[in-house]
Amino acid sequence: MSLEHAGYDRDAELLERAFRELLVEKGVVSDAAVDERVEFMYRRTPALGARVVARAWFDPGFKARLLDDGSAASGELGIDIRGLKLVVVENTPLLHNLIVCTLCSCYPRMLLGLPPDWYKSVEYRSRAVREPRAVLAEFGLHLAAGVTVRVHDSTADMRYLVLPMRPKGTDALSEAECAALVTRDAMIGVALVGSPKDVL
Amino acid sequence: MTPRFNPGQRVRVLDKVTVGHVRTPRYIRGKRGVVERICGEFRKPEELAYGRYDGEREPLYRVRFAQREVWPDYAGAPEDTLDVEIYEHWLEKSEDKR
Repeated sequence: MSLEHAGYDRDAELLERAFRELLVEKGVVSDAAVDERVEFMYRRTPALGARVVARAWFDPGFKARLLDDGSAASGELGIDIRGLKLVVVENTPLLHNLIVCTLCSCYPRMLLGLPPDWYKSVEYRSRAVREPRAVLAEFGLHLAAGVTVRVHDSTADMRYLVLPMRPKGTDALSEAECAALVTRDAMIGVALVGSPKDVL
Repeated sequence: MTPRFNPGQRVRVLDKVTVGHVRTPRYIRGKRGVVERICGEFRKPEELAYGRYDGEREPLYRVRFAQREVWPDYAGAPEDTLDVEIYEHWLEKSEDKR
């Protein structure tokens, strides 16, 4: 990452620490409450989003509910999503979805954990809306001719998750085995889910 | 609040110059698109950012824009689109059939 980014991190860390210690000292929050929240966020990983995706591949009724109301459907799986307003967008052979937040780094953290650094970079944020096909190509994703690209800029209160296409060669796999194939990048839209042979 | 716009309706994002916190990206101001869905009602970021948490809620829309409307020199396919969330007070009706 750039020096600018490293500098930003250092300042932000100092600011966070000073602010947190003041809040604890004044009794606004407790150390235990901060620890609980940090622990909660560390337990958020892309495996949660992958469970949602795999369920949608296996259960057409769930998939329909997921596309209709992403938050309610994710809640059905017992995932604690704490107020997340989720919109799920489906990739098809003719349509590819890509998620970005041009204003900052809005991201479905409840289902994917913390965003990767590149997602927060000025370069990704500015180019994903301007030249998405070039950006995808740099991620190694070359879309077939005739595939439409739909970019989603999460500018406000909703968060977005891509429902990738189920890869070929997975008919014999269980739902959990399919979930293990689903990557963070595929749920942002910068990759496809590979067939089992590609993954091994 | 009853939403002023319905899915499928053509709208234009206001081309306002603002100071302070807003959640309407500069690149989309003045562009025309179609309401894709109503996301529910939310408070204005312009008020929330400055500590006013009890302001009125208003409809939030997802508006779909043709990439060529947003970037006239867009290099991808003419069918490519861009969806952006826009609060109602940033939208007006568009009669333009482009």
